[in-house]
Amino acid sequence: MFEALSYDFVQNALIAGILVSLASGIIGSLIVVNRMVFLAGGIAHTAYGGIGIAVFFGLPMFLGASIFAVLSALIIASITLKDKDRMDTFIGLMWAVGMALGVVLIDLTPGYQADFMSYLFGSILAVSSSDLWFMGGLLVIILFIMTFWYRDILAVSYDSEYANLRGINVRFFYTLILVLSALTVVVAIKVVGLILVIALLTIPVYIAEKLSNTLYVMMILSGIFSSIFTIIGLWFSYQYEIASGASIILVSAVTLFLFLGLGRIFRRIR
Amino acid sequence: MCIIDIKNLSFSYKKQKVLDNINLCVKERDFLAIIGPNGGGKSTLLKLILGINSVKEGSIKTFGEKPHKNLQKIGYVPQNTNVNTDFPIKIIEVVLMGHIGTKRPLFGYAQEEKRCALGALAQVGMEKFANEKIGSLSGGQRQRVMIARALCAHPKVLILDEPTASIDVDGQKQIYELLKELNSYITIIVVSHDLSFIMQYATTVVHINKTLSFHGLSKDNFSENNINQCTNKFCEVNLFQKLKTIKGDSNV
Repeated sequence: MFEALSYDFVQNALIAGILVSLASGIIGSLIVVNRMVFLAGGIAHTAYGGIGIAVFFGLPMFLGASIFAVLSALIIASITLKDKDRMDTFIGLMWAVGMALGVVLIDLTPGYQADFMSYLFGSILAVSSSDLWFMGGLLVIILFIMTFWYRDILAVSYDSEYANLRGINVRFFYTLILVLSALTVVVAIKVVGLILVIALLTIPVYIAEKLSNTLYVMMILSGIFSSIFTIIGLWFSYQYEIASGASIILVSAVTLFLFLGLGRIFRRIR
Repeated sequence: MCIIDIKNLSFSYKKQKVLDNINLCVKERDFLAIIGPNGGGKSTLLKLILGINSVKEGSIKTFGEKPHKNLQKIGYVPQNTNVNTDFPIKIIEVVLMGHIGTKRPLFGYAQEEKRCALGALAQVGMEKFANEKIGSLSGGQRQRVMIARALCAHPKVLILDEPTASIDVDGQKQIYELLKELNSYITIIVVSHDLSFIMQYATTVVHINKTLSFHGLSKDNFSENNINQCTNKFCEVNLFQKLKTIKGDSNV
């Protein structure tokens, strides 16, 4: 096992796993407490259209996916702030159209079918050092925003009506949370793939929520849990030659069930 | 002097008129109760006073200025405090939200803000719970926390939208006792259906159903035992009939 750590791609995979875990721990917490899980799913699948565009025009994957994901986040934000009643319809629609666009564009690109699966289920072992810079940069931005606007984001998430009344720009912060979610989803796609993104953004967060009585503790715990799941998942993936993304998600899911089961037993005993 | 002065106020959503020619003067240390049917315009009036909706016809002045200029002087306790009860947030953090809009440190909370929040919690008798999760409280306790949050900004007026809507009878009484205490130095405006409590605590009652009828209520007009006994909605009908007869008598 330890000789594996001498390979560059394994080191990159571990660093990427931890960077993305910390980002998704923070943003996943915001997504869960704001009940935006479905929105994040919509953004993840819409981002596939961006991947298609990037592949078709020969652009970097992160660039294409990010621009597309941020655009879809902005559209979703404006829809949810304006017409809440039909937002699930719109998001479902964007979800499907984004995927369709991605599939068609990748089909039209000669000789590219090989990579199709890697976007759906992740390719953490193929992380380059420029990818790492992108992930690190995003984490720094997230940490910066959380440090200085934590109070506003907390107020908007907990009680947007009151926050609005006290003069916080609720629309701005709501949109900001969605845009950060979009960027986090894009880097998480590299690690676990867009189909499994939702699991990475919710399973560690769900466990952390049960153990914390305040939002920032929840964010930190989520990041730690997520990192641990990613490292263990990677180890299984390396040891048994199985897909890394799926392996990470299964490790998380098994932990979640153990956690819930043990919680029940403890409550019985009491 | 009126600290909230409403003159010839009318308001419509699209084409439907919700408020028609409202005139109201709230004086310092009043305990004003606003009653009226659902959809009668009570919440709209609050939104106008709080500057959420802007005034188009007539005028509202709070402390002699337009409503949005004096938001810091008005504390607000929203109607539904049962939203987001699973949210991972400590009670002290909820109260600290009351400081929003004032000067603050670059990050985190200032010691002074924390002290102030604890003071507000003490005022509503909830300081023991400062570090508990909000979800661990009962409806009545949560309502107290929301009042503490509003008090945190040192308001001159406290506006509560149906503060006892989802609280058991004991809890309701406690909330009104607390409001009475606060009323010794703060003006209270409360939208409510709890007529039995309003009779005991409010100094002024207005009834809003598109138009406003103003009633200087003295307890003599209501035999208390009559009102106290009823706790359901039928009460309201009785009260309105009584109000009508008073109105007829005194030509208010």
